[in-house]
Amino acid sequence: MITFELSEEQTMIRDSLQAFAAEVLAPGARAIDEAGEMPEGVIKQGWDFGLIAASIPEEYGGGGGERSCITNAVALEALGGGCASQAVAIMAPGQFVNALIDFGTEEQKAEHLPRYAGSAPVADAVAIQESQFGFAAEAQRTTATRKGNGWVLNGEKRLIPLGDRAGHFLVLAREDGGDGLPAVGAFIVPRDAAGLTVSAESGSQGLKPVPQAKIALNAVELPGSARLGGDTGIDAARLVSQARIGAAAVAVGLCRQATDFAIPYAKERVAFGEPIGKKQSIAFMLADMHIECETMRWMVWKAASLLEHNDPGALKASVLAQDYVRRKAIKVADDALQIFGGHGFIRDLPLEMWLRNARTLTVLDGPVSV
Amino acid sequence: MADFRLSDIDQQILDKVVEVGNSTTAHTRYYEDHEHEFPPARLEGERGFEEVFPLFGQRKPDDTPMMTFMMAVSIARGSTNGVVRGLGLAMPQGRASGLGNAALQSAGTAEQKAKWGNLFLAMSITEPGAGSDTKAISTTARLDGEEWVINGDKIFVTDGVRCDGAIVWATIDKSAGRAGIKSFLVLRDAPGFELVRKEKKLGIRASDTAAYSFRDCRIPRDHMLGDDETVPKGGGSAAYKGVMKTFNMTRPAVASGGVAKAKGALDFATAELAKEGVAVDWSKSFNQRSAVEQKLIEMEADTEAATLSVLHAAWLNDVRKPNNLESSICKAKGGEVCRTIPQAAMELLGGMSVSHDHLVEKYLRDGRISDIYEGTGQIQRLIIAREILGYSSEELT
Repeated sequence: MITFELSEEQTMIRDSLQAFAAEVLAPGARAIDEAGEMPEGVIKQGWDFGLIAASIPEEYGGGGGERSCITNAVALEALGGGCASQAVAIMAPGQFVNALIDFGTEEQKAEHLPRYAGSAPVADAVAIQESQFGFAAEAQRTTATRKGNGWVLNGEKRLIPLGDRAGHFLVLAREDGGDGLPAVGAFIVPRDAAGLTVSAESGSQGLKPVPQAKIALNAVELPGSARLGGDTGIDAARLVSQARIGAAAVAVGLCRQATDFAIPYAKERVAFGEPIGKKQSIAFMLADMHIECETMRWMVWKAASLLEHNDPGALKASVLAQDYVRRKAIKVADDALQIFGGHGFIRDLPLEMWLRNARTLTVLDGPVSV
Repeated sequence: MADFRLSDIDQQILDKVVEVGNSTTAHTRYYEDHEHEFPPARLEGERGFEEVFPLFGQRKPDDTPMMTFMMAVSIARGSTNGVVRGLGLAMPQGRASGLGNAALQSAGTAEQKAKWGNLFLAMSITEPGAGSDTKAISTTARLDGEEWVINGDKIFVTDGVRCDGAIVWATIDKSAGRAGIKSFLVLRDAPGFELVRKEKKLGIRASDTAAYSFRDCRIPRDHMLGDDETVPKGGGSAAYKGVMKTFNMTRPAVASGGVAKAKGALDFATAELAKEGVAVDWSKSFNQRSAVEQKLIEMEADTEAATLSVLHAAWLNDVRKPNNLESSICKAKGGEVCRTIPQAAMELLGGMSVSHDHLVEKYLRDGRISDIYEGTGQIQRLIIAREILGYSSEELT
């Protein structure tokens, strides 16, 4: 049945997160980006909503709520509408938790999920991105080779959100003998694993204040139990799709925020005797921005909905939504900057930050998931 | 909670719609060669959509709401090879459901509805010098005793050849702007009325499009729709606003027609390229795809986005929420993809796509009108911009 209706609970989550985004995240965004550091306080405040714990089954100490990709998409858009960087800093560990809930064995869930039961922030990270240009999730250079009952991992992972503090890395790697997404497995690597080197990242254009790290895996030996999903493994297409749609949902929030910021400016700014909003060249840009904020959201929701139900069409819907948001989000953020002209280029206003964040969110797989 | 999956019965209905729509293409080009003929009731070999109707009885009340689902049906149907665009306009469901009939039903008096309700009525608004800007129309109506005298020229009258008459917009007070505009029923035999020509068009040739002239055309006084001969002060006109409101209802349907042609062209290109060994591998990342794969993905994403915008506008109507803005959004998106997708499909298919051996060139020609009629894409953007900026139609033109 086709419906665009959110449940009462989803509406409540959206409304309270939108208020949090407007009152807490947005006002601090510019200064946090400029400083390049994420205040611990804001992560704590975000965790007080209990978003990640809510969908962890009760037997592992969680809220026992539904593991809902739509709810996550709604939450990520709402937070992203305040500040994409802070949204990511709050929600990135959810990517680890989502993967555990979806693919983990009983033992893996019992080991890792209970530490997320409280409202104190916990950090584990999913490591997807690698250092080569043209990186593709289905063509991992990081390898996992069977050795006895265990695995040996070799490779390098980059731009890992909260990698500076993560207790565990869920490392995506190409399992031996395989090709493409079906051969991509995920391995839980403790921070203190022998052969694992964690180092600081070089800094990045967007999501600048999100703490990041890179890791090198040099013959990291892992027990068989480190493979997420045990003998069954994971559905890498689903995991990667959830990451892509997670980033897309944040991008939609960002676009809405940029559009809503540009509208009053266009009514205020006078050129040639009238507000620029009364000129079709600007008014039509704003109309298109509004149109795309709406359609991007439905694309994200559809993909999230199909992912949630593990529908056979989920991969395709995710590719379509990712592609759509990749093209449109960058355009919306870029046009918002253009409407402000030179003021958009100056770092006093958030326009240039939004453009950097929009570009970042639409080229990474992640760093959050639905 | 938000969901985009179809129930089994709805999927069956859509499959059947496509099956019937694809059952014959024998007549698909009929109107390209018989542009000036009245269509026969049914062409040889044509299966009717009444085959689908019994399935509707199996739908459950808590399934996808009706208008939302009908938009999905409309897109599926219009994308098939055998469905002739414009035929729905030319042969509406029942004789008395022309575009002018809708105006009669919304603005006519009870007496007028009873008297003219069975006529097939066209809608005549556009003039050589005024289209989107309807308040600029210059056709005049002057009361002379118990008759209105109409003078002016009208164009782009859908069904204007085969209708019994038309609802004609004319001003009774040019200085009053849109407040002075009234609707009049002009029957085909009215003195001073002339059907000037039938237009030849790029596409939708099954639908006739007429040009009219009115030279001291005389109609009875009671042929003005409604019975209010006064000109409201302050520019506002309830009748005008009523017409604009009905556009909210029809825009999703019109948008669905554009999306349907986009989908038809996309489906054709996808199927034909697959035969040539070119198909999208959905498991590949962006930078691993060929240019053709990437183009197909972009086309499908754009078509999907337009589809969802249509479904959303319809869904709002189903759940009785305002959808003015969303109707314009979906009309803008439908208008966009009716142009870009058939164009792109032909680009991917190459030279043979222009041949009359195939239908894809027809999708381009038949789809193109969707960004023009019932408000161009630019008019939709004006409406959207006014709404989000909080400007009136006088403040943002």
